[in-house]
Amino acid sequence: MALVWIPSLLRDLTGGKATVRVSGRTVAQVIEALEAAYPGIKARLAPEGKLAPGLAVAIDNVVAPLGLRTPVEEESEVRFLPAVGGG
Amino acid sequence: MSHQGTPRAIRGTKRYTVIGTRPPRVDAPDKVTGRAIYGPDVVLPRMAYGKILRSPYAHARIRAIDTSQAEALPGVYAVVTARDLGQTTDRTAQVGESSVSFKFLCDNNLASDKVLYVGHAVAAVAASSPHIAEDALKLIKVDYEPLPPVTDVLEAMREDAPLLHEGMYTESLAGPSEKPSNIASYFQYLKGDPAQGFAEADVILEREFRTATVHQGYLEPHAATAVWSPDGFLTLYTTTQGSFDARAQVAEPLGCPLSKIRVIPTEVGGAFGGKNISYVDVAAALLARKAGRPVKITMSRAEVFLATGPTSGSVIRLKIGAKRDGRLTAAKAELFYEVGAYPGSPVGSGAYCIFASYEIPHGQIDCYDVVVNKPKTGSYRAPGATQATFAMETLIDELAEKLGMDPIELRLRNIAHEGTLLVTGNRHRSIGAEEVLRTTRNHPHYKAPLGGPHRGRGVALGYWGNWGARSSAMINVNEDGTVTLTTGSVDITGTRTSLAMQAAEVLGLPLENIRSTVGDTDVMGYSDSSAGSRTTMATGIAVVEAAKDVITQMKARAAQLWGLPADKVIYERGMFRANTPDGIQEMSFAALARQASAMGGPVRGKGDVNVRRWGGAFGAHIVDVEVDPETGKVHILRYTAVQDVGRAIHPGQIEGQIQGAVAQGIGWALYEGYVYTPQGQMLNPNFLDYKMPTTLDVPPIDVVIVEVPWPEHPFGVRGVGEVPIVPPPAAIANAIYRATGARLTELPMTPERILRSMGVI
Amino acid sequence: MTERVRVSAVINGEPVEFLCEPRQSLLECLRDILGLTGTKEGCNDGNCGACSVLLNGRLVNSCLVLGVEIQGQEVTTIEGLAHWDGLNLLQQAFVAEDALQCGYCTPGMIIAAKALLDREPNPSDERIRAWLAGNLCRCTGYDKIIRAVRSAAAALATPRQEVSK
Repeated sequence: MALVWIPSLLRDLTGGKATVRVSGRTVAQVIEALEAAYPGIKARLAPEGKLAPGLAVAIDNVVAPLGLRTPVEEESEVRFLPAVGGG
Repeated sequence: MSHQGTPRAIRGTKRYTVIGTRPPRVDAPDKVTGRAIYGPDVVLPRMAYGKILRSPYAHARIRAIDTSQAEALPGVYAVVTARDLGQTTDRTAQVGESSVSFKFLCDNNLASDKVLYVGHAVAAVAASSPHIAEDALKLIKVDYEPLPPVTDVLEAMREDAPLLHEGMYTESLAGPSEKPSNIASYFQYLKGDPAQGFAEADVILEREFRTATVHQGYLEPHAATAVWSPDGFLTLYTTTQGSFDARAQVAEPLGCPLSKIRVIPTEVGGAFGGKNISYVDVAAALLARKAGRPVKITMSRAEVFLATGPTSGSVIRLKIGAKRDGRLTAAKAELFYEVGAYPGSPVGSGAYCIFASYEIPHGQIDCYDVVVNKPKTGSYRAPGATQATFAMETLIDELAEKLGMDPIELRLRNIAHEGTLLVTGNRHRSIGAEEVLRTTRNHPHYKAPLGGPHRGRGVALGYWGNWGARSSAMINVNEDGTVTLTTGSVDITGTRTSLAMQAAEVLGLPLENIRSTVGDTDVMGYSDSSAGSRTTMATGIAVVEAAKDVITQMKARAAQLWGLPADKVIYERGMFRANTPDGIQEMSFAALARQASAMGGPVRGKGDVNVRRWGGAFGAHIVDVEVDPETGKVHILRYTAVQDVGRAIHPGQIEGQIQGAVAQGIGWALYEGYVYTPQGQMLNPNFLDYKMPTTLDVPPIDVVIVEVPWPEHPFGVRGVGEVPIVPPPAAIANAIYRATGARLTELPMTPERILRSMGVI
Repeated sequence: MTERVRVSAVINGEPVEFLCEPRQSLLECLRDILGLTGTKEGCNDGNCGACSVLLNGRLVNSCLVLGVEIQGQEVTTIEGLAHWDGLNLLQQAFVAEDALQCGYCTPGMIIAAKALLDREPNPSDERIRAWLAGNLCRCTGYDKIIRAVRSAAAALATPRQEVSK
């Protein structure tokens, strides 16, 4: 099960939990699993079927190149962060 | 007093042949003779000169534009406005790795419905001379409806502030704002429980900091020359850090397929992040198409200040708590960054850096990206980090003093290591923070006597995360055994040389046998902008891959010649060698090259990469200042910069990068800042009143290179160029405090501010 | 069209004739009329030194000189400093000391340094810094530029060295 770090602004939906374990083979599936456990979270993370504007996702500290389609491994750590451009 | 900066390896010393030497820069002969061609130097037959009409208002609606009189002026070939872009609907456009609002991309090139800063482009003219073009600008009639401007970040965040974009709501994971807002986005990082952390602290310090808008200050203004062929193919010579980014930035507004545009990057006269975005290319392309001739637009110095991409001015509220033994228990920061007319400030990378040097159990960072009526910010060397580090490293210094601890000792007590979980939720990989601090503490400068009154010494530690991204390299083997190395990475710092050195090391060839060039968008694979200190590192990885590819192909040719399987051939010090039934066969690279292409086509090695993991780096600076107690003038007496570079490819170039960044940091600390009227007029868009350091303002700068190799680069390279601009304002502020007893929390630290802080005026 | 004036001058040792408008600066004439783009525009108001040239051997900002003013005068630009097949001592010193990065300030910096060394063959570091204070550089922090000028002065002082052209 992947370990998802919940951004503080979403913890109102997870009852304050900062980390959550869910199953999913892609980022999209992970978000679906999060939605099943914490309804409403998908609308904030990925409205309209894409990552929210200005949001990126990192798998094991590497920014995911394929957005929602990025594969997620069994023991991956998933983190949502602002999309930061290069210097 | 200047030190040659002999690289001192702290870990992992390896001996190389080319890596670590100081060959002359390959581009130097053209530059010292005036032969190098920069953007403003391009000349094409029948070329016309373009000029841009710019808004005199910081905020206004455009009711109408009448260009008829300008068009009628003899010598004028064409006039364009946003209407010539013909776009009316908004969508998301793709530029490089970023998604941007299409409307914003077009509007910043030529304003459609509103102007959002003084200098905002409204129309453009092409004429037979730049003087006629300027005369024509005066004949363009724009009917503006002025609107109240807002130019301060905190003012812009108020509920009743004038809105720049009536349809913009705050983007946030908490959900969009209820009402439209100038806060374009808000993000929060949270680790642990800051309230608890502060409750555990013995000492708590809290301050508010302000930094002014500053410009990268490159000497070469933006310039582009556009020329169309009759079949709709555009060639664009332009000053840019990224030819492929420049291509996308023209393709999107013009609605052109990428295959119809060729961007040829000219030699760049300084960039520092400010030339990732193109400011005159779209206008030049539109004019050239309408005029049926090549059009060159070169910005004036005032236009560069008013209408390119300076970095964010900011307000930072910072609170830190620590135990009496110096261990930090909590840290909390609010970063309010001005982004100018359109969203996308470097507040995110500022947040990454503000607490990245230390182990902090409880932390919170609130980041606000706020639009104001100023030019849209661009990247400036470690974007966002200098502002954030000014706040943190002066407060840490204050903490050291409060606890009666040596400033470096306090930092060592909290220093981050590989594996440290940061407040931003990521973990450091291999880093050299501790090595840098220890080297700094052991440097003779740290203990040297100050030698006079009104003098003080300050230190500061800085971090920058660097970048990886996409690069493309190609090595062609010439028939005489020399090679040509081409990459898609624009050279803004000397990377033609540092990349050739890496190729020479792998190929075992002398550097003089390698011609190193930059290819345009027609000949190379996609390359991200030369930014984020990525080029020697990431494009280096592509170059090493290409060099290994060459060796593999050449081994196969040798094997073919000798009737052996390819894995029986070895390559060592310029010679191919194998044990054959007829004894040991060997052949030099050059001899094999002569025959190679006849045997199986040209030998061409390639490397195309997307580097996803790269090493961040730390730098620590020591500075001695003397402050005149009557005038408040600061003299920088001595400066030492220590930095972890992973592996020094060319120590001389590294020294130059660090010295240049320190000079920029000195300007940022003491002299530079945009000065605005409340109506949003910039008062100092020139080099007289926007004071960049001269030879008299910068002392000799001692550079000490530390090497903690980054394990995922073949030679251990970490990005170098941006880290050294991060510590200077904090180090200088700390030195000024020790010299005067005055703690300054606003940049620039002008004589007036220093004297006020000292209570003299 | 504004009436143009015929100007005759000697540029880099060669007689030259051109037509220019009275409002055109020497910088503009060099770059846009004569094709000598080695001299750069950084600010066009005399504050950065990127446009430095020698007018009758004297260091000037060519953006502050009018084209018509050089009638009958001698101008030296960066293009005039070396033979086609080699670099002069100052240029060699800049290369050897790595005293340039982007190179945009370099032509002006070298011309300014030449003006100093033509007058004062053995300047101190302080003197070099004071003389070059009118030439902005944003890339190098000036450290290696000072070294290069010092090194060129030493080379010029050594007997049997070729005098810079």
